[in-house]
Amino acid sequence: MNTTILLFLLQDGITNGAVYALLGLALVLVFAVTRVILIPQGEFVTYGALSYAMLATGQVPGTAQLAVAMGLAAFGLDLFFARKALHVRLALRSAALNIVFPVALLAVTYKVAGPATPMAVNIALALLIVAAIGLFLYRIAFQPIAHTSVLVLLIASVGCHLALQGLGLVFFGAEGLRGPALSNAAVTAGPLRFTGQSLAVYGLTVAFIVGLWLFFGYTRMGKALRATAVNRLGARLVGIRTTLSGQIAFLLASVIGAISGILIVPITTLYYDTGFLIGLKGFIAAIIGGLVSYPLTAVAAILVGIVEAFSSFYASNFKEVIVFTLILPVLVLRSLAAPAVEEEKD
Amino acid sequence: MSALLSVADVHISYGKVEAVRGVSLEVATNEIVTIIGANGAGKTTLLNAIMGVLPLKGRTSFAGTDMAPLDIEDRVATGLSLVPEHRELFGTMNVEDNLELGAFRIAKSVAANSLERVYALFPRLKERRKQLAGTLSGGEQQMLAMGRALMGAPKLLMLDEPSLGLAPIIVADIFRTVGELRAAGVSVLLVEQNAQAALQIADRAYVMELGEFVLEGSAKDIASNKRVAASYLGFQHEGESAV
Amino acid sequence: MAQRFPLIVFAVVMALIPLIPGVPPFWIVLLDNIGLAALVAMGLVLLTGVGGLTSFGQAAFCGFGAYTTAVLTTAYGVSPWLTLPASLMVSGIAAVLLGIVTVRLSGHYLPLGTIAWGIGLFYLFSKLEFLGRNDGISGIPPLSIGSFRMLSPDTIYYAIWIAVLLSALLTMNLLDSRTGRAIRALRRGHIAAEAFGVQTPRAKLLVFIYAAVLAGLSGWLYAHFQRAANPTPFGAQAGIEYLFIAVVGGAGYVWGAVLGAGIVVVLKEVLQSYLPYIFGGQSQLETIVFGIMLVLLLQLAPSGVWPWLMSLLPFKPARRTPDTSLQLQHPARASGSSPVLLKIEKARKQFGGVTAVNDVSFDVNAREIVALIGPNGAGKSTTFNLITGVLTATSGKISVLGKEVENAPPQEVVKLGVSRTFQHVKLVPDMTVLENVAIGAHLRGSSGAISSMLRLDRAEEARLLAEAARQIARVGLSDQIDQLAGSLSLGQQRIVEIARALCVDPQLLLLDEPAAGLRHMEKQRLAALLRQLRDGGMSVLLVEHDMGFVMDLADRIVVLDFGTKIAEGTPAAIKRNPDVIKAYLGAAA
Repeated sequence: MNTTILLFLLQDGITNGAVYALLGLALVLVFAVTRVILIPQGEFVTYGALSYAMLATGQVPGTAQLAVAMGLAAFGLDLFFARKALHVRLALRSAALNIVFPVALLAVTYKVAGPATPMAVNIALALLIVAAIGLFLYRIAFQPIAHTSVLVLLIASVGCHLALQGLGLVFFGAEGLRGPALSNAAVTAGPLRFTGQSLAVYGLTVAFIVGLWLFFGYTRMGKALRATAVNRLGARLVGIRTTLSGQIAFLLASVIGAISGILIVPITTLYYDTGFLIGLKGFIAAIIGGLVSYPLTAVAAILVGIVEAFSSFYASNFKEVIVFTLILPVLVLRSLAAPAVEEEKD
Repeated sequence: MSALLSVADVHISYGKVEAVRGVSLEVATNEIVTIIGANGAGKTTLLNAIMGVLPLKGRTSFAGTDMAPLDIEDRVATGLSLVPEHRELFGTMNVEDNLELGAFRIAKSVAANSLERVYALFPRLKERRKQLAGTLSGGEQQMLAMGRALMGAPKLLMLDEPSLGLAPIIVADIFRTVGELRAAGVSVLLVEQNAQAALQIADRAYVMELGEFVLEGSAKDIASNKRVAASYLGFQHEGESAV
Repeated sequence: MAQRFPLIVFAVVMALIPLIPGVPPFWIVLLDNIGLAALVAMGLVLLTGVGGLTSFGQAAFCGFGAYTTAVLTTAYGVSPWLTLPASLMVSGIAAVLLGIVTVRLSGHYLPLGTIAWGIGLFYLFSKLEFLGRNDGISGIPPLSIGSFRMLSPDTIYYAIWIAVLLSALLTMNLLDSRTGRAIRALRRGHIAAEAFGVQTPRAKLLVFIYAAVLAGLSGWLYAHFQRAANPTPFGAQAGIEYLFIAVVGGAGYVWGAVLGAGIVVVLKEVLQSYLPYIFGGQSQLETIVFGIMLVLLLQLAPSGVWPWLMSLLPFKPARRTPDTSLQLQHPARASGSSPVLLKIEKARKQFGGVTAVNDVSFDVNAREIVALIGPNGAGKSTTFNLITGVLTATSGKISVLGKEVENAPPQEVVKLGVSRTFQHVKLVPDMTVLENVAIGAHLRGSSGAISSMLRLDRAEEARLLAEAARQIARVGLSDQIDQLAGSLSLGQQRIVEIARALCVDPQLLLLDEPAAGLRHMEKQRLAALLRQLRDGGMSVLLVEHDMGFVMDLADRIVVLDFGTKIAEGTPAAIKRNPDVIKAYLGAAA
């Protein structure tokens, strides 16, 4: 192998790995706070990417309508569960979040959508739409069963994935889409050429990791989320609403997913079902990180990206086999390191 | 004056097993009340249910508010606080973060004052404020759990077995602090197996056996009750149970 | 044979369905699919619902079964029936290889690991040249008996449903046996099961293989039903769907698998055929609705449909009462002549920097009741865990009847005649008292999985249950023998644990807070029982906070504080010991 290929593969791996890192971080976040293994993370990626791509062509994506429909369902659930102690303030707050926000979003989207809409507006709209979907998804599908086992949550998560992926086909069609690049600039350093897009990937990944680090380390809400992850009962006893923590976790995860999608859709064509596989790779990184460690997850994600790049070069047929088998030895090591005595608490 | 906490005819079940049967209790403002009884009598279950951790049948009201429709988080906001048996600290976070989260429902400016007061009450916590909660000794963890609860400026603090697994000298320290809380305007509902220490600082006491209160009265009366003395305070006990 | 009656009725009904004139052939295809899915789900019931090991990878084992027969019949011309053992073997061997890794995974790592190898194997199937890559293998011959070829859905129907019914029967037999109890105990953690000699890793591997072989059987049938095999039905999506079937039906119930398969297969079919009519030609609509219904169903019935249906039944199935006249042999043990039954010398246990047990030494003699007391966190339960092999001592020596228990696992310690109860009750709540107690006699039986499935274990099983019933009578819980352990009060559950420990026929009984939660009369009865056991030759070491109980009962008392022994002596001496009063009993004593 010559150095150029090596460097090229490394670069490719790191670019993909950075995206997996973002997704892995979101998965760790959601699992730690809510115990949900977020299979629909991949749909957040495709929804973000394809909504952005459609907006760029001047069309209104179906996701905007979906957000309104989900908001209505969330509003209904809010009213139903609060029926014993319903008061006006609560109903108004719920209506503002679940109805006014998505309807306004839909209205703005219709108003501004067009071929000449600035890219920044399209990105903002795509992000907001997916954020709303993430938020409502937690409210509708997971909040009512938040107390059940990880297994039940996981299967519900699969249900959401199926439904959202099916809706993706309805919204975006079976044809793949590409979105416009954030920047067409390119920098050449020796044999390597860095596109503006790949630099944006690195930059945003680093920014997000730093941002999350600041959020969790220095803000009250961030600490409250960590506290929920460490000890749910303890968190409730100091007045931290686990439902609020769950909503914030889903909100962050959906925004991260959408950003990842917007970052890669100018590089590769995305189909309505591509997100699943991308999400799974972030998922592998998250597992290697033990579903708890953010730095380990980020490092593991870069490794996954690199392994994928090299195996697609040398054994492209078995790329996925290699990537997915890679984690078994890691899992064994992790299990061996886990404490042998089961906790006495039930 | 009406009671701060009032619990009437409460039943609590785990599946088919009724762990607490028809219990009523009151705690007045500025009062220290203790519930004593053997392991498995239902004391912890009762506290957890008052806090909303477990569902109960019956009436509970606190500071004039009906507790029934409220979640744990809302009960915290009304000024009710529980220091649970297992303490439930945030083990991988440091002492100061734990305390800061105790004031999650309180304005940040107020929380800063609370922090100084808690550090004054437990100087040990100030020394260890950057240490992870999980690495503290048992006594320090108990102090942190109480400190975290106090950060939320509660009207009533419910303590579940604060002496559990602690050396006698630290137990004395904890109980002294409980006494001081009253001076600061906090009422206390204390569940203890260490009946002796509990009866010394309490105003009133309830004796719980197999899910029911079998005796109640002033702490002094309870301490001098023969059956209680036999069952909980000494070894003269020969087959006479309080039931 | 009253229990078999519903099964026979079900079998007859299933046998008659294809014969009813006018049944649309399409229904038969659906029933074929239901049967195929039910086989896989049944394995998952055992693996996930009963054994607590969640697997998303079962579809891959179907793949092993299907591809094995596909390759052998098309490339080598082997007769389909001869490939059946080969398919089952390949699935089984794959399960052994994957299982050795997988069952060692703990907590969430296990299901995640199965997703990973499930997806990996799917890609392997779709990339390997000799498996036909993405196109798969077609032209697989049908099953045939003589010149009768099972070409149509209603002929292979019988092959599929005979397989389903036989598997259900064998699975239920397995669950209702010595091995079955060991499997059913896995879900509640391994400590209790291991304390009675269950080799938990081996039991886990067993269910893993069992589930894989059932999946392989389904795959084999599938290949001959479709007469083709391609990777799609063996991917991650399918693996998830099988798990979903098991959960919908009720993950702990064999018939839940069949019911769940019925619900899911029919539901998918209905959605696929009718949705396009309602909403126009939109493709993939059924996935959307299916996903939404899945979430809804979990919100409405998180424990599955089968247990819910059963709770609607007006009658409860009757249970057999064990014939207590049957005797079980006493286990052969080296009966040492030394009067010291248990000897602990300078036992020490450190967790990180904390010393939980600090050079503790004491003995328990034959025919003696010794109490271990001290404040919470003094190291009493840790000492129990050192003696029984749950934890290994950092240093020091523990010996039973002169034989050093050097880092022996719990399964070996119990063979020396040491059995125990737990501070936090460790019973299986959805098993009856009788079944829970019978786990205690695990080492006194020897029947394995195969003999249980074939019902060759009945004589031994009857003796095991008789022994369990006898010990239940001994502790005075005969009236509760058929109740679920989880429905008893905590105090009674502690007594059930004692009966379970007695089933070991122990020389030394370790009891962790046996009197907690007991009423006064129950305590008296327990004390009388323990005295009677001692007089019969057994020794008892107990941890207890109820001083009235301890002082009355114990011959000797050992006091621990902060992991260190601070006193040892008769109850009378302990009551007066100033150190003990200061550390534990309090000044007023």
